[in-house]
Amino acid sequence: MNQERNRAQAGGLSQERAPIYEALERFEKMRVVPFDVPGHKRGRGNPELTALLGETCMRMDVNSMKPLDNLCHPVSVIADAERLAAEAFGAAHAFLMVGGTTSAVQSMVLSAAGRGEKIILPRNVHRSVMGALVLCGAVPVYVNPASDRELGIPLGMRVEDVRRAIEENPDAKAVFVNNPTYYGICSDLRSIVKLAHEHGMLCLVDEAHGTHFYFGDRLPVSAMAAGADMAAVSMHKSGGSLTQSSILLIGGALSPGYVRQIINLTQTTSASYLLLSSLDISRRNLALRGRETFARVVEMAEYAREEINRIGGYYAYSRELVNGDSIYDFDVTKLSVHTREIGLAGIEVYDLLRDEYDIQVEFGDLGNILAYLSIGDRQRDVERLVSSLSEIRRRFGRGRERLMDFDYIAPVVVCSPQEAFYAPKEALPLKETAGRVCSEFLMCYPPGIPILSPGEQVTDELIEYILYAKEKGCSMTGPEDPAIERLNVLKR
Amino acid sequence: MNFWFSENHTPNVKISIRVDRQIYSGKSEFQRIDVFDSPEFGRFLTLDGYMMLTEKDEFIYHEMITHVPMAVHPAVRQVLVIGAGDGGVIRELTRYTDIEHIDMVEIDPLVVEVCRQYLPRTACRLDDERLTIHYEDGLKFIRSCENQYDLIIVDSTDPFGPGEGLFTREFYGNCFKALKKDGIMVNQHESPFYDEDAEACRRAHKRIVESFPISRVYQAHIPTYPSGHWLFGFASKKYHPLKDLNETKWNMRGISCRYYTTTLHKGAFYLPAYVERMLEAVEGGE
Repeated sequence: MNQERNRAQAGGLSQERAPIYEALERFEKMRVVPFDVPGHKRGRGNPELTALLGETCMRMDVNSMKPLDNLCHPVSVIADAERLAAEAFGAAHAFLMVGGTTSAVQSMVLSAAGRGEKIILPRNVHRSVMGALVLCGAVPVYVNPASDRELGIPLGMRVEDVRRAIEENPDAKAVFVNNPTYYGICSDLRSIVKLAHEHGMLCLVDEAHGTHFYFGDRLPVSAMAAGADMAAVSMHKSGGSLTQSSILLIGGALSPGYVRQIINLTQTTSASYLLLSSLDISRRNLALRGRETFARVVEMAEYAREEINRIGGYYAYSRELVNGDSIYDFDVTKLSVHTREIGLAGIEVYDLLRDEYDIQVEFGDLGNILAYLSIGDRQRDVERLVSSLSEIRRRFGRGRERLMDFDYIAPVVVCSPQEAFYAPKEALPLKETAGRVCSEFLMCYPPGIPILSPGEQVTDELIEYILYAKEKGCSMTGPEDPAIERLNVLKR
Repeated sequence: MNFWFSENHTPNVKISIRVDRQIYSGKSEFQRIDVFDSPEFGRFLTLDGYMMLTEKDEFIYHEMITHVPMAVHPAVRQVLVIGAGDGGVIRELTRYTDIEHIDMVEIDPLVVEVCRQYLPRTACRLDDERLTIHYEDGLKFIRSCENQYDLIIVDSTDPFGPGEGLFTREFYGNCFKALKKDGIMVNQHESPFYDEDAEACRRAHKRIVESFPISRVYQAHIPTYPSGHWLFGFASKKYHPLKDLNETKWNMRGISCRYYTTTLHKGAFYLPAYVERMLEAVEGGE
């Protein structure tokens, strides 16, 4: 990291700079005549789109070229922007990503494990991880994430559970951690990194919901600070960049050149400069003003929690959950609210907020909603959210209803996701699939955690869960049959 | 000297008032506050460049938002006023000796301070001993109130900016909860004339209709507000604004007004056909 910093400083680079943004500004002044792509030619060829997005936006939508560098092989302004990002995040190297954090997560998995190699991961990984396993043929070893029965949410991995998985699978290549989870739960990342390294494994961190960890004083430890080898950081979530932009960070143990090769296997060769400049400018914002900004976000979240808990019935949880293991720390910027005490499922409150009160929250599951607070929020909007929750309780609240309880359903992995995905299969009505091996994904979205993955056995318990979640209005995705009446299973 | 205050009423329409001099300009945590003197309208107050009141026509707004519910409800004792930092509504309310207590919730202390200093004609009763001023977000204040008030007057700014929370369904629902079982809520209801205002008007009406069993709209003519044609909402749990109007009782009080009369009260609920249709369309669940 010191070496990076020295190099960055030697080049006259500092966090006040935004090399890609500056290059775009310079480029615009050059008034270059475009006989290249994109074909809309600074928006002139698509006036309706220009009217919608604005002329500036269309003028910035340009192609890779010498003055603007190339994301597939950065040598100038993109390389500088990546250096600055690495410095800001305390990483050995940073890669700007334009395929969402999905692409960053998949690049981590593809960098760490190949066909038939094992990777240790919690069951509540994002669907993008499962996709990467289908692509590379690695075999998942699941660690049961602990769960909170009262709240009905998955927690972090216990260090002991990770240790057992590592000892039972000494040939595994990497340990994968979600930190924080969608709900804001953190594992004991430092101990997990240490364990992994002691056994010669890499530690990969899905930090999609933790960009702000790098820029906060009272926040949980970030992946790079904990010594992890790779981290996928969703700049567009809490960091303020455009949707679909993201950053992949690596520590000193990996070769940046190899990771770049892996990224280039699936990355577009026409990276959007709208996304790249948004990453560049957001990194600058975070580096210069991130600390004060996130201190304000934390304050707002604490206030909202206090007010929501005052309504009665709702439970907006926070650090009091911390237990030193499966909830090693809690991300206080996350506003997760448990709703079952007012007799409504989280997904029902989620729908009511949108349909009755014009408020869109991030997601609702069976027992919780999550309101995403970030650098763009205003106090008056927090007041609206709290008041609406109070009204929902008054107008729609029921006594605590017995909602279905679910234990962690341990997946039975019969074969690798890749093998199952490409094997001969047949579509059966959902209820007839018990005992068969599933060949596709089934996700409850959001938050996009797999209920079933290719290569896993379908059980009666799972079928019951799927039917219940469907009835409650959760959005289920993944299967070839969009109505999820049928499921693809391996031919016997 | 050619010194004019201009406000856009739509992107294509603007009204200008000749200004003698600017009396005050300041910026609070919430908004920019300006006070001017003008030859035609006397002293006037603007927030973020939007006209709030002029000395010449403020009586129309303040009389109509206050006396209409006061002539209907038989026994108003506890009143909540949201917004109203200029003190005009308070001035009208304090003319009723049988009101026991008024809570006024204004988000911006600087508005009150500026009005006390520069607009004494409206702010003149802000020291009434029955009045408690709370400086906080109206939406937040009312969240914890239940079965407390006979009358709520929502003297909001526009449905954008700091006042936007006062045009939401959660706010009207909270008002319903804060009122006693025969309580009345009256609100500033925007104008039906220009498209954008009319849309705000429709939205507000829809949300009130969903929250209260009785919801009617009445009008007044306010020269300095966009189009000059302004509406108020009358939402109520029990009393009908016309059937329960007690003209004799109100006239016996001997409150003299420059705009409001009990005869005008009745007339104010008879709306132009296009406004009636607009409101009916919303009531029909469109």
